[in-house]
Amino acid sequence: MAIWNPEKECLDRDRLRDLQLKGLKDTVSRVFQNVSCYQNKFKELGLSPEDINSLEDLSKLPFTTKEDLRLNYPYGMFAVPMRQVVRIHSSSGTTGKPTVVGYTRNDLNVWTELVSRFMTAAGLTADDIVQIAFGYGLFTGAFGLHYGTERIGASVIPMSSGNTDKQIMIMQDYRSTALVCTPSYALTLADRMEKLGISPDSLALRVGLFGAEPWSEEMRREIEKRLGILATDNYGLSEMMGPGIAGECEHQCGMHIFEDHFIPEIINPDTGEVLPAGSVGELVLTSISKEAFPMIRYRTRDITRLTYEPCVCGRTLARMHKTAGRSDDMLIIKGVNVFPTQIEEVLFQVEGCEPHYQLVVDRVGAMDTLEVHVEVNECIFFDEMKKQRAFVEMVEKRLVSTLGVGAKVKLVEPSTIKRHEGKANRVIDKRKI
Amino acid sequence: MKVEQISIFIENKSGRLAEVTEALGDMGVNIRALSLADTSDFGILRLIVDKTDLAKATLKERGFTVNKTEVVAVEVPDRPKGLFGILEILDRAQVNVEYMYAFVERCGGNAVIIFRFDNPEEAIKVLTQNKVNVLQGSRIYSM
Repeated sequence: MAIWNPEKECLDRDRLRDLQLKGLKDTVSRVFQNVSCYQNKFKELGLSPEDINSLEDLSKLPFTTKEDLRLNYPYGMFAVPMRQVVRIHSSSGTTGKPTVVGYTRNDLNVWTELVSRFMTAAGLTADDIVQIAFGYGLFTGAFGLHYGTERIGASVIPMSSGNTDKQIMIMQDYRSTALVCTPSYALTLADRMEKLGISPDSLALRVGLFGAEPWSEEMRREIEKRLGILATDNYGLSEMMGPGIAGECEHQCGMHIFEDHFIPEIINPDTGEVLPAGSVGELVLTSISKEAFPMIRYRTRDITRLTYEPCVCGRTLARMHKTAGRSDDMLIIKGVNVFPTQIEEVLFQVEGCEPHYQLVVDRVGAMDTLEVHVEVNECIFFDEMKKQRAFVEMVEKRLVSTLGVGAKVKLVEPSTIKRHEGKANRVIDKRKI
Repeated sequence: MKVEQISIFIENKSGRLAEVTEALGDMGVNIRALSLADTSDFGILRLIVDKTDLAKATLKERGFTVNKTEVVAVEVPDRPKGLFGILEILDRAQVNVEYMYAFVERCGGNAVIIFRFDNPEEAIKVLTQNKVNVLQGSRIYSM
């Protein structure tokens, strides 16, 4: 199979390390000069850019967290003047405010290049017709994938998300050969096609590139069987860039991390200690080429494991395994990041009232469902059914506007949510991912 | 002129209604009237009892969410159009009925209906002006 950029993707690892060190030193001195958040953090530790002389010195640098991005909302983490920023994206708000990320023209070029790499790794060429079923908008998903797909010369159908019947019609009529969406949406499409009596054999579809939410090997087999395609995995997060941090080749043995642009580390999430190669821990990423929004040791909170052995495909880049959960309490529901604290905020907005609550996440068919159980207390209990129902509807409405994903509110009796050492167990995830 | 009522939040699961009545029975509380409004997930049980405060405290202690509300008990002639006559008066005065339910016992020859109004003061005023008998709480609890 083809490799988009063999020079970089199959680079000798010693030369890769040289390139990484150069990029790291450059990035560190740029952020030290231009981003006060980094400057303050480095100074607190008595560090200056001159202290970074080898890749091992990376571990001296402080971590960057989502909280840092929140505190510097909206543009505080940008390392270039706004006139050099040509694109802005943003992630869903976790504590009321979203995370804003920016791209220079060169950043967009790199993003496009990296998406081209994993598109090619999954086997796509200029002969493919690619249906992108991610939402176009502030979310980094669709736009990042769009330009990379164009660059490899494939024909892009910028379908956006939702509208399942129309997706299927276009897939049939336009002869789409590749589908790009969340794995759960791939199953939703499969379900709908079964209901409509459309056989996957009647489609031209042959490859799926799925990401933006965790999924299991079992789910992969199911998608492959039901849609009759090769299903590949890719990884990204908007704080780092968006999709294109890592992507699988057709051998499906881990996602190649584009190490010439990002340095991965695996740490113990409790102590912050860097773990030896092959260990399971939290993925930490450092960008070494980004201009507008560089990230030093960003804690992704995704739990995974890295392999440094060369892949049979010929790429020498490290591979990351499927993410196996989070080191924080973030949930990914229908591809949307949801933090229990967001739900807490909505509930606590109700005057003088701090009800106990629990989130119950499940997967019905292919779709994730979110139910918020709320313990009734005197201030949210109304003697009139009309008012009681209006309360439930009001909370549901606020939840969907805060989370960006629908939730059903279920009122339960006091003290029925189990508490551990006085603290309520906030999340029950029944999905078998 | 108002009557005290307690409302209890009940999840739709077996045995909860029995628990409420058992708890009240243990304390010697007698239920005078009741109504249950329900949805697929939960219900609101409304009770008029002979010892309101004791009932509320007992249920709260057993972990129920309980609110005390004020309703109006109205004597309604026990004959065709008896209730209509009352509702007509309320409608003319633009008083809304949030909900209502019938009392088990009769008062003299009349039925007794419990009303929850959006504006109970106005309701009592117009009913009294129209010579409709509004019953005192003390009378209802001991009926």
